[in-house]
Amino acid sequence: MTNVWVFAQEAAGAPTSGTLELLTKARSLGTVTAFVAGDASAIAGALGEYGATKVYATGDLAGKLPGVAVAAAMRSVIDGGDSPDVILFPQNYAGRDVVSRLSVKLDRTVLTNNIDIAVDGGSVSVTTPIFGGNTLVTTKFAGAAPYLATFRPKSFAAEPAGGGAPEVVAAPVPELGATGGATVTAVHVEASTGPKLDEANVVVSGGRGLGEADKFQMVEDLAKLLKGAPGASRAIVDAGWVPYSYQVGQTGKVVKPGVYIAAGISGATQHMVGMKGSKNIIAINKDKEAPIFGIADLGIVGDVHKVLPKLIEALQGRG
Amino acid sequence: MGNNVVRMNVIVCVKQIPDPATPGALDPGTKTLKRDGKLILDESDSYGVEMALQLVDAAGGGEVSIVSMAPNGEMSGMRTALAMGAAKGVLVSDPALQGSDALTTAKVLAAAVNKLGGADLVIAATESSDGYTGTVPEQMAEVLGLPSVTFAKKVVVDGSSLKVDRQTEEGYDEVTCPLPALISVTAGVVEPRYPSFKGIMAAKSKPIDTVTAGDLGVSPAGWAGAGQEIVAVAQAEARAAGEIVEDDGEGFAKIVAYLENLKVI
Repeated sequence: MTNVWVFAQEAAGAPTSGTLELLTKARSLGTVTAFVAGDASAIAGALGEYGATKVYATGDLAGKLPGVAVAAAMRSVIDGGDSPDVILFPQNYAGRDVVSRLSVKLDRTVLTNNIDIAVDGGSVSVTTPIFGGNTLVTTKFAGAAPYLATFRPKSFAAEPAGGGAPEVVAAPVPELGATGGATVTAVHVEASTGPKLDEANVVVSGGRGLGEADKFQMVEDLAKLLKGAPGASRAIVDAGWVPYSYQVGQTGKVVKPGVYIAAGISGATQHMVGMKGSKNIIAINKDKEAPIFGIADLGIVGDVHKVLPKLIEALQGRG
Repeated sequence: MGNNVVRMNVIVCVKQIPDPATPGALDPGTKTLKRDGKLILDESDSYGVEMALQLVDAAGGGEVSIVSMAPNGEMSGMRTALAMGAAKGVLVSDPALQGSDALTTAKVLAAAVNKLGGADLVIAATESSDGYTGTVPEQMAEVLGLPSVTFAKKVVVDGSSLKVDRQTEEGYDEVTCPLPALISVTAGVVEPRYPSFKGIMAAKSKPIDTVTAGDLGVSPAGWAGAGQEIVAVAQAEARAAGEIVEDDGEGFAKIVAYLENLKVI
């Protein structure tokens, strides 16, 4: 039986959606252990419901960044004799940092940005989309386990399996020495209203075509009228027009809403990988050669400064 | 900044990549990204170079060095970093490194950092623009035995430690970290300068030490040691082409009708 670990994360007293997605996939591969950064008492039940039969928990990280601390705790458990065949990590900040530190500790390669995994006997392979998702590459792990892989959000649909409460085992963080020097002294959460970007049924995103930061208000207004969430391309996040939490794309959030409206976004690969799973895509852009039109269900070749105000007015008129 | 006048030596890891303006392709033989021909400085790395130059300036002394790895001896991207103001570089160029995974890359770059005698601070981008594996900086920190702060969006040196605003999914964290350390910086952390004509001319005579993996004492894993084997490459299912219309002043009505049809409004 394949021994599968999942790096599990908690937010506001519940496992993150990414954690539940990975647990759901993991239980189709073998026996599932969740490895929690922090205290597991609030979430152990939910982790069991989605397939974990055992939970390791580091306990409070005391301000340490998860990368170095969790990797060291994992290494201790593995050295203690419970060695997984494969460990699944979410493709996010903490997942990436933990897997990187662990790969050096175990001297194992990491395969990142995956959307699928298959176990066939002793062989484990993962699938990665490249070139903005046009091409799928399947790669088999060679050499000795544990195999380390990261997965993009929403690669798997989360479904509970009705499992019982898992066994919870302490996996304390060992002495980190010099590597543990970084300490979080304050946490800032940016306030947001309306539905969450990666959960909204409608997402309206703006890009460089808006011309200037003030014009992003049109995107906010349209999103509000459609009870959706505003998003942004990396270009305008880097330019400082909107916070990073708005960013849709490779280095931002992956969204799969019912409707995605791209306003003034040309469609760089970096952006498209974050939204091409949307059910319906509407694009507004001046340049009819813009790559975004290649994946749009409805494309309006026109100036966002003309189309958006009229669209907003028409929707307001409907009350 | 600038309270302590000390020498601050910073090493920036840069990647030289094919021009992103030209579409990517896979080598049919090896099924990996083609990286032949002229390579340029990955734009993501220009932020790290700028950050390093500013930190050395603020410290009042020290220098910025560049490390890079390329299979074909290419150094034009490194020259861009030198033209911005970095003092010198180490290029690890070794055909045996072709096909290296991120872990081997991290070991090689870490060895190059040690060849330069280490540094007070090592800076990398959060991920490259062509391969975007995104693990190399944190892997390097582990190889070098350094603390690290990833996704830094603001960095200030305060005596013998760093104060970093670290981007998170929900906002940002304030993090302190003693030096020596490694950080990865996001795009937008600083505004990279354009190399001046004088800088470009000066860069031509700045030293770049070209070494092999063997010179650094790292066994070049290459294809065989990468711990992975590409078994299939397939085309993803394409989206059906949609309706594209020129806006004649009534384009908004098309969108309204489309949203009505989906019962979104």
